[in-house]
Amino acid sequence: MPDATGLELLAQELREAEGEDAVLETTFFRGRGTLEIEPTHVRAVLERLRAAGYAFLASVHGVDYYPHEPRLGVHYELLDMGRVDRITVKLRVATDAPEVESVTADWPTADHQEREIYDMFGVVFRGHPDLRRILMPEDYEGHPQRRDFPVGGEPVVFTYNERDALGPM
Amino acid sequence: MEVKREPLRVQSLNAHQLLRGADLEGANQPAHLEGTELEQYVQERVLTTTLDSTVAWARSNSFFPLAFGLACCAMEQFHTAGPRMDIARFGFEAFRASPRQSDLIILAGRVSIKMAPIIRRLYDQMLEPKWAISMGACCSSMGVFNNYALVPADKFMPIDVHIPGCPPRPESLMHGILKLRKMVQDDPDLGWRERYDAYGTEEVLDVGTSSPEPAPEPADPGAVVSTVPDDQPMRDIDGA
Repeated sequence: MPDATGLELLAQELREAEGEDAVLETTFFRGRGTLEIEPTHVRAVLERLRAAGYAFLASVHGVDYYPHEPRLGVHYELLDMGRVDRITVKLRVATDAPEVESVTADWPTADHQEREIYDMFGVVFRGHPDLRRILMPEDYEGHPQRRDFPVGGEPVVFTYNERDALGPM
Repeated sequence: MEVKREPLRVQSLNAHQLLRGADLEGANQPAHLEGTELEQYVQERVLTTTLDSTVAWARSNSFFPLAFGLACCAMEQFHTAGPRMDIARFGFEAFRASPRQSDLIILAGRVSIKMAPIIRRLYDQMLEPKWAISMGACCSSMGVFNNYALVPADKFMPIDVHIPGCPPRPESLMHGILKLRKMVQDDPDLGWRERYDAYGTEEVLDVGTSSPEPAPEPADPGAVVSTVPDDQPMRDIDGA
């Protein structure tokens, strides 16, 4: 992990290179460094981190911060395999325009993970080569991992409600 | 030389004599029984039944389950076939890899929305008569996974026996299969599968109605060196 000072230095480098608004916030918590960035800078920031040694995109996650706005978040976990050093890059987008630039062109491993985030949270990755649902059926409506998605799925059919569930027999 | 053929003795016996126990030797059995003695003798040796119940008895003691598991319940299903439970005792041990060879599908695990049409297709491909067991909480009531991803099996196919448990122990599955055996023996068709439109769903190759394929043209005698005479078309490999 970069220590707290190293994280601030990294953030300062990114701000100087990409603009003052590129890095919104830094968090160092329990030995784990996090950069919160502006969504429009995601590709450039990840490329600069790659140049700084974080050359492996370990995973991409989706988050729903409901009820806080902007609600949807995308996390990129980067790993420096030489120094065994990790850093997290976070960004947040609003639900009315949940668009993030895809990093699949730079990091091929992000392909299926971005598809999964699109499937589960509805974040649209601009420039993704094949942005389809990956887990749910293609004609499924809604994004089931959002916090306001109803938990209960299909009603269970028992004898007393089978007519309601299955229709007249 | 003339071969002398004698008719078998059993052919010369009539039914009356057979019931009385006359065997080929004719000496080991009481030759003449009358009255209550004859009735008792018949009751000890003759069993009457119907063809339906005989067929149901045979079917119920030779299920061919589909080798197929969906989740953790499949582990218990393996153990049911293993040496401790050993459902081979009842004749259910031949797990078939093809739905066309099996007559019992055990839904061992959770059924996702994406998997449901595939399972229904497997069920439709099985030949009559066929039965289905829903094993475990997930595919009966979705259990702990009651969320957007799963669908209970009753929604899309007829289930004959539900086995509760998470997962059910092998004893439970065996108990369920024996319940199904009892059901098959008592009343093979409860008549409620029509609700699911589950009759006549086997996929059958359409043979006979289509025109037969034209015979292959005789090979050019100069081009191909063949041991088959040129005026005979090559036979199909299955000799049809």
